[in-house]
Amino acid sequence: MTQLALVIDLNVCVGCHACVTSCKSWNTSGSAGPLADANPYGADPSGTFFNRVQTYEVGQFPDTETVHFPKSCLHCEDPPCVPVCPTGASYKRESDGVVLVDYDKCIGCNYCSWACPYGARELDEHRKEMSKCTLCVDRIDNEALPKDDRKPACVMACPTQARLFGDIHDPASEVSVAIREQGGYQLMPEWGTRPSNHYLPRRKMVIQLQDDQAGRVDNPLKVDGKLLKPRIDEPALDDVTSW
Amino acid sequence: MNPAFSVIFLTTLIGVGQGLFLALYTARVLVFVGAIALPDSRSFFVLGSAISLFFLASGLTASFFHLGHPERAWRAVMKWRTSWLSREVIVLPVFMLTVFLYGLMCYLGWQSGSNRIAQGVVETIGALAAVLCIVLFICTGMVYASIRFLQEWASPLTLINYFLLGSMSGYTLAAGFSAFLAPHLMRMYACIAFSLIVISFMTRVASLYRNARIRPCSTVQTATGIYHPKVVQKAQGSMGGSFNTRHYFHGKTRQVIRSVKWIFPVLVFVLPALLLAGSLSDIAHPFLLIVTFVIQYVGLLAERWFFFAQANHPQNLYYQQVS
Ligand code: SF4
Ligand code: SF4
Repeated sequence: MTQLALVIDLNVCVGCHACVTSCKSWNTSGSAGPLADANPYGADPSGTFFNRVQTYEVGQFPDTETVHFPKSCLHCEDPPCVPVCPTGASYKRESDGVVLVDYDKCIGCNYCSWACPYGARELDEHRKEMSKCTLCVDRIDNEALPKDDRKPACVMACPTQARLFGDIHDPASEVSVAIREQGGYQLMPEWGTRPSNHYLPRRKMVIQLQDDQAGRVDNPLKVDGKLLKPRIDEPALDDVTSW
Repeated sequence: MNPAFSVIFLTTLIGVGQGLFLALYTARVLVFVGAIALPDSRSFFVLGSAISLFFLASGLTASFFHLGHPERAWRAVMKWRTSWLSREVIVLPVFMLTVFLYGLMCYLGWQSGSNRIAQGVVETIGALAAVLCIVLFICTGMVYASIRFLQEWASPLTLINYFLLGSMSGYTLAAGFSAFLAPHLMRMYACIAFSLIVISFMTRVASLYRNARIRPCSTVQTATGIYHPKVVQKAQGSMGGSFNTRHYFHGKTRQVIRSVKWIFPVLVFVLPALLLAGSLSDIAHPFLLIVTFVIQYVGLLAERWFFFAQANHPQNLYYQQVS
């Protein structure tokens, strides 16, 4: 069984919102219809987004860290939002585990959004239908796109590659390896929804640099002895120095 | 949650309709076992069914205002295997149909006529309607009690309260209505209504007590996976709110919430209990019972508003800060 999912690296996300804008631009232009944008330039803008980047401050000032936290539908393996839907508009695709809404069947009763603890579903104000992240099924299924482009728009847009996309049931996939080796975790594990999307935690980033590493003992240019050796505190370029 | 008036009216109105039908059926059963004399069946049962139907239909109408696409509402019958909402959507109209048939048959005089088959049919339809009435209470209650994320609702008390509060309002109305059409039943209805007020007061207070002590399963730590004692949201990813803020936050002050919490028990339980007790005295005007019902219904609107406002959805953890 395939279970497509995103893995989001909180260690890498810089909170630039590129995934938010690319998501909105792709999904508002799709065949499913536009995503509402009420009052976009006014004092009280409000619109439908499948993906939002939130920001959290961790710790007590001045010892704080800012964590940017992208959040969209987590495509739960046991999605509580699906069985409650009275019309069957909400469903989980058998073939790849993507949780979708059939907009033409949705009556806009909001009940599924009550049953999502993550607030991942938003009723579109204009269309009055429940909307949520589709993992860009219209990209990943689209044979007209080059193979490398058959990924969610957010993954394509992320400048820091904080977003990985793949099949978490394939132990050899990039996402499975990342989850396994970098401590990938799920949100609100207490509800047993088994979200497919995982998050990679912040890590301590400390670079241990020894003198001999800075001096590049293994630099082949040094072996030649052709170039002058600058002092250790002087600027150095591999091409022109030999130390 | 941000209480939606469509749902407040839906649940309170059908509660009255269901309770009233149960009251009618109680009379029917008591007649059957010979405990009371048959009221003038034409006007009493026919009018009673009609009033019950009126409340049920008003509730149904109110529910349409909750939907984004009411024209597709018929689709909601599809997933009755998994969805309590779907079950409610099916049972409500079927129950209305049985109440209609029951009223119609009483109107045709089948109930009191000499035709035994016709009488059997009426009894069967009546019993079926009574069963559906209970099933509808269960469905409505489960729509709320089955959402485990809303811890204030995920309790058998939700089910019990929907049943008791709905029945209570129906019997109060039955007391008022019978004062005009079948005065010899008025005392019985008033007594049942009074007992239901006492019982549902206890169960509703029990749920208030329970909800005041709920420990949320989710915290901002489990929501983000950052297990630091101090995690504060600085931005929720929208500059002016979103569906998530509009639908899940009532935006009222603590004072408003606290006053509604004290006002609704007075309107639903205390005043009606006093008025019902008063109306049992011989000098009371039957109109007093109608006033009692109106006061109680207004109280139920406040009760339902509070029921929604009090529920705290875990998604709120992600929507603390608009900036
Ligand atoms: S994140 Fe919410 S909407 Fe998405 S599958 Fe899970 S419960 Fe459903
Ligand atoms: S809002 Fe639409 S998708 Fe959600 S439960 Fe209702 S009908 Fe189903």
